[in-house]
Amino acid sequence: MSNRIRVVLPQHLRTLAGVGREVEVNVAAPVTQRAILDALEAAYPMLRGTIRDQVTLQRRAFVRFFACGQDWSHESPDAPLPGDVVNGKEPFMVVGAMAGG
Amino acid sequence: MSGVRVLVGTRKGAFILTSDAARKDWEVSGPHFAGIEVYHVKGSPVDPNRIYASQTSSWFGQVIQRSDDGGKTWAPAGNDFRYVGNPGTHQWYDGTQHPWEFKRVWHLEPSLTERDTVYAGAEDAALFKSTDGGHTWDELPGLRSVKGPLWQPGAGGMCLHTIILDPQDANRIYVAISAAGAFRTDDGGQTFVPINKGLISPYELPDPTAEVGHCVHNLAMHPSRPGVLFMQKHWDVMRSDNAGEMWHEISGNLPSDFGFPIAVHAHEPETVYVVPIKSDSEHYPPEGKLRVYRSRAGGDEWEALTEGLPQEDCYVNVLRDAMCVDTLDPCGVYFGTTGGQVYVSADSGDHWQAIVRDLPAVLSVEVQTLQ
Repeated sequence: MSNRIRVVLPQHLRTLAGVGREVEVNVAAPVTQRAILDALEAAYPMLRGTIRDQVTLQRRAFVRFFACGQDWSHESPDAPLPGDVVNGKEPFMVVGAMAGG
Repeated sequence: MSGVRVLVGTRKGAFILTSDAARKDWEVSGPHFAGIEVYHVKGSPVDPNRIYASQTSSWFGQVIQRSDDGGKTWAPAGNDFRYVGNPGTHQWYDGTQHPWEFKRVWHLEPSLTERDTVYAGAEDAALFKSTDGGHTWDELPGLRSVKGPLWQPGAGGMCLHTIILDPQDANRIYVAISAAGAFRTDDGGQTFVPINKGLISPYELPDPTAEVGHCVHNLAMHPSRPGVLFMQKHWDVMRSDNAGEMWHEISGNLPSDFGFPIAVHAHEPETVYVVPIKSDSEHYPPEGKLRVYRSRAGGDEWEALTEGLPQEDCYVNVLRDAMCVDTLDPCGVYFGTTGGQVYVSADSGDHWQAIVRDLPAVLSVEVQTLQ
């Protein structure tokens, strides 16, 4: 079964992908960070390498993942995400980490 | 009608400055890629409307952008830069070994003859080549095999910042790396040799005349004499008359021989430009006077060019890729500063004017002469 997942992107990646604040991607269960990012990069190939490393697929150091008011950045990329993300009530947020003044 | 298009990379985007051949009145477009560092922007000599830009972000990584309409519109090309094999380690600031990690592209050098071929100089230092207009990239790994574990980052990172293509020999390419030195390939990038004999770095290296490890800041060449190279090293301005086989110092009467960019006049192969900077710890002009120095003798004898440049309280820097020349007659000379000014001289350096004064810190300046 495929789930329609809402993904919020930071400003620079919206510009790069030519999209608005939020996009939707189809993700088969189980819905995880890895599954969402795989779908996102398949739909928007120009985002490959901008959120996670091209080779290792590790999250880039200054990128964070938020969902349902929680920071998921340090969770396993294969951990199931909350039901509210799966059912589309809440977005999966890709966020540029705070750095600088 | 001829004119010029100046391509400016800054800390917060790219800007394109255009003028007719008089180079007095300018139009400014940008920022392109607003808010993002753009290390370098350069057009293809084969198709001037094809322009490449290196957009890089500590947050979201490297993106190569390409325009096919002279910079009016842009589209992302490739951003997958992978070293061949296990790249191993290089020397770190503290002398230990550190893993090779791709960070960004410092310099893009479009082919002189092939529209879809372009080279990229990367940090951590490596040379990449694309033959499909920047969509896919392959490393030329022979470069890193030249004592790569002995290379070390300069203050700005371990970057390959200079790529010079020999217009008379398609297989010959010069590159320079901070801090590894200068290198040359004579077989199109399969193998490289270090070309650092004559360089002396007593304050940077335990062996001042080591084969690799020198902090070369920039190289320049006149296309009519591809065997004659000029170098701005960390300290010292140098010259080679035999394709880098041996260098000799030409700093002469410069007020400081530290600096970053070096350029050669478009029509006078013995006329060379540098911008002296006070020292490695004080990255601004000596005495707070922004002066371009010109040698009409191929070095050693230098004259200060000051007309139109600030001569008091000026503490900007001019980075290694931020000076260039056009091919109009008289030759135009351009440079950008970390204070956001881009200056032009339409008479080979005798008089200067600011095209723009308040851009973000300028990282690179290239010019296209348009017919």
